[in-house]
Formats: sequence, structure tokens, C-alpha cells
Amino acid sequence: MSSEAEAVPFRILPRLTDANREFWQGGEVNELRFWRCQDCAQYIHPPLPICPSCHGKNLRVEPVSGRATLTTFSVNHQAWMPGPELPYCVAIIEIMEDPRVRLTTNIVNCDHDALVIGMPLRAIFEHHVDPEGDVWIPLFEPEVKP
Amino acid sequence: MTHSQTANEIIERRACISGVGQSDVGRRLFRDPLELTLDACLAAIDHAGLTTSDIDGLATYPGPMSTPAGFSGAGAYDVMDALRLNCGWYSGGLETSGQLGSVINACLAVASGLANHVLCFRSVWEGSAQGGQGRSSVMPGGSGGSFKASGFMEWTLPFSAPSAAIWIAQFAQRHFHLYGTTKEQMGWIAINARRNAALNPKAIYTEPMSMDDYLNARVISTPFGLFDCDAPCDGATAMIVSRLDRAHDLRNPPLRVEAVGSAIHGRPSWDQFDDLSTMANRDAGAQMWSRTDLKPSDVQMLQAYDGFTFLTMSWIEALGFCKVGESGPFIDGGTRIARDGELPLNTHGGQLSGGRLHGYGFLHEAATQMWGQAGARQIARNVEVGAVAAGGGNTCGCLLLVKD
Repeated sequence: MSSEAEAVPFRILPRLTDANREFWQGGEVNELRFWRCQDCAQYIHPPLPICPSCHGKNLRVEPVSGRATLTTFSVNHQAWMPGPELPYCVAIIEIMEDPRVRLTTNIVNCDHDALVIGMPLRAIFEHHVDPEGDVWIPLFEPEVKP
Repeated sequence: MTHSQTANEIIERRACISGVGQSDVGRRLFRDPLELTLDACLAAIDHAGLTTSDIDGLATYPGPMSTPAGFSGAGAYDVMDALRLNCGWYSGGLETSGQLGSVINACLAVASGLANHVLCFRSVWEGSAQGGQGRSSVMPGGSGGSFKASGFMEWTLPFSAPSAAIWIAQFAQRHFHLYGTTKEQMGWIAINARRNAALNPKAIYTEPMSMDDYLNARVISTPFGLFDCDAPCDGATAMIVSRLDRAHDLRNPPLRVEAVGSAIHGRPSWDQFDDLSTMANRDAGAQMWSRTDLKPSDVQMLQAYDGFTFLTMSWIEALGFCKVGESGPFIDGGTRIARDGELPLNTHGGQLSGGRLHGYGFLHEAATQMWGQAGARQIARNVEVGAVAAGGGNTCGCLLLVKD
């Protein structure tokens, strides 16, 4: 393995807030995290100040396994903006703990011809250094390497 | 539930379309967007047989917006002031049931008595704004730097997914997976649009397009190629929504609004919607049919949004012209949706070939066809019932028009 880290692509980073910081920085300790209602167990994404199910405010951030399923995807060939090397895969995934919680993300470390809706995935994190606070972008790769 | 079982009157039936107008349309006109807007508005007022002093309401989508560049050519106040309108009601905004949500709002305004004749308009200058740089020049943060994503873009921009092309391609990909839909089937939306555009003097792309041309186009975002995406342009479209009881002596026979659909029942999100095999059009379509005794089989013409090819397929399903998942076979071969087919579709070339006039072009075309004013592209059959639909994802609206 090369000692040089692979170049991190340019990405537009999220503006960090108290509501989203745990999500975007969980990757520092390799954790995918979501807000969860402590009264009714509902995962909440994107973050909200109340639980959309029971309207309670007893919310905490909890880590999930990082395992997910590929809901759908598109292999993008168009240079819309500075970003990853073309083509790259944009996908919607649903987390194993609750299929109602989805993320738009990128699938990496996977031949694009091997992408299959329904395939099991796991989260990995791409570290971006930023003066307003570092961000770890959650990306997904096949759980089983094809 | 049929409308006869509901407690309330279907009040949109008090509304009608009484006139339409359109500015010059072109790939890059480099004209003042407000001038194009006013050209369309004055044309619509004149077409209805009205004057500006008759107009007492104003509706537009999306209202004034500076980004993305070219997305809005004028807001309600711009037109109100330029035409010195006195309004009993007005509205402009993005958060509604698709681009035609603004027209649905106008129907409710005249039905409620707040206005008699509402001028509705949509104006774009995306062609000029993008210039030779293409869409990347108007993407948020497209120039890099210290821009940070917030709002709903927080959940797409960090993943280099800034474009609706990518979001909607993912819906198409899932449809392909679930139902066996093919790229060739989807191509008939684009080919049908192109052959109709050839007869539309304002259309952007008119040269013939074969299935090979379609399949061999440069890939944008799988399964979409270049010809699955609409053509940015400059132009404005306007129409007059009138109170039906004030419209019978006007220039055109009124096109009564039989029913509208504005509903959304899932989460208002592109990626968190409850069922990614459909969109909010599922709810708007079901609501529209719940407000009339007419059936999809009564519809003689469909003008349905084609910002991307797949959106038209999604509307065909949502409006019940076929079952969910069956739009591929429904459009396959392109005969059913041709001008002489059983369901003529996007007879002006849609946005794919006619130009991205953003929603309003479909209603303009529906009215033009129903009045028999479509010139070389006029469909032969007499259209008594026409359906119009615009939008996608979390922003979808539809109307059913009937000759009164």
C-alpha cells in the first residue's frame, strides 16, 4: 500500500450547526449517527427539533451499525461542479436499522457494473479538513467485496 | 370516494382558461427577461379578449429568484407594476404543487370571488444565463471556494449530486430494476417530443431524431443521456384564469377546469419520499380523479411534464393511464402517444425539444390544441377532455380541462 493518502476530492461541505454536527463529525470515530427519539425510538433524519412521530423532545444522537442497503443509484458522467473523478456513483441507501431512514451518498470501491439494487453496503468516511470544523462525509462501499 | 360523496363543492369548476400567450422562445435570446414576460402577459390578455384593466389577479411560479441564474425572469410585483394592475388577489412562490400549482391557486382565487381574471405567468432565461458554460455555471457552489451547503442541499451537494438529473435518474433506475423498464422504452418520450417539435415554429430542436441517435447520445447520469434532459431556453408563457360566469362572452370558448390535483402525502423530499417507485404525482393524480366522474379513458390528450423523460412516464402512471410500473410497455413504439394515437402526448415537443418553459408550456399547448389553434401540429381529433400535469418529486400538480 502506498504511504501517500489518496487525494481527497473537492466537495462542497455542509454548514455545521448544533443539529447536524454529530452526523457530519461522527466519522472521526467511524460512527454513522442519527438523532433518535428516546420515547418512541423513531430515528429522525434530517434532524428536527422534535420527534415527527410523537412530537416529543427527548432526542439523542445514537450510532447505528453503518450497514445499509442500496435503494437506487445513478452513475454520473457529467461535470456539474468540481468533485470526484468522473464517472462517480450517486446513490440512495437505507440504513439497516430502519429502511425509512435514507441517505443520498456515493458508492465507492465498487465497479459500476457490479452495482445492484438491494446489495448490502457499509459506511466509510472521507475526512475533510475545514477551518469551520472538520467534516467526515459518509460514503458507502459493498459489504462484501465483489 | 367520488365527488358526489364529498361534502364540498368542487369549486375549481367555477374557473376556466380563457386565453394564453407566449413570448418569443429561443435557446439564447439575450433579451430583457421582463420584456419577454410582459410580451407573454399582454399576448394572453389580448388572446382572451381582455384589457389590462380587466385583470384583477396575478399568479406566478416561482416568484423572483436570483439563483439559479435564469430560473425566474420576473416576479408578481414586477408585472403588477409594469402593467399597472389593480389586484384583488395575487401570489408568487416556489412552495406549491409544481409550476402549475400557481395556476391551481388562481383557480381557487376566482372560484372564491377574490378575482375575476387572474393573469398567470412563468418566465425563464436559463439559456442566456448559462451561456456557453452550460448548467454547471449556475450550480450552487459550482465555482468551489468556501460556499457551504445548507437547507435540503445539505444532503445532496456534499455528495456531488447538485442536479435534478441525478435525483430523477435514480427514480428511473429503480423503475428499471422493479419493472424491467428499458432505456429504449424511455426513448419514445424523447422521440415523440422531437417529431412533434418539428411542427412547432418556436421549438428549440427540430431535426429528426432516431432511436440510435437517442441511445448513442452522451451519457449524463445513468440511465439518462443528453436527450433525456430538457433544453434550457429563454421565453415566457402566460394564461388567463377566469371566473367561468365572466368568460362566456370572451374571445375563446372557455376551457372549464373540471378538477385539479395538488396533494402530497409522503414526506416532501426527493430521497425520503415513502415509495421511490412513484412521486407526489401519485397523490395529485389520485386527488384529481377523486374530484370528477370522468375517467382516464375519457382523456383525449395529455400534456405531461418532461423536464426529464422519466417524469412523463411517472405522470402517465400517476394519472392512471396505465398501472404503476407499466409505462414502459404503454409508450413502447411511440404509436399510442403520437399525435394520431389514442393518447396524443406533448404535442408541441415538450420541454425536451420545445424548450424548458418550465411547466406552463404544457398548459399553453393543451389550451391551444383544445381551441384548434395549433397550426401544423393540430391533432385531428376533437379534444373535449384534456389532462395537463407538471412537476416531479415533491412538487407536482395537475388539471383536467373540459370544453364547457
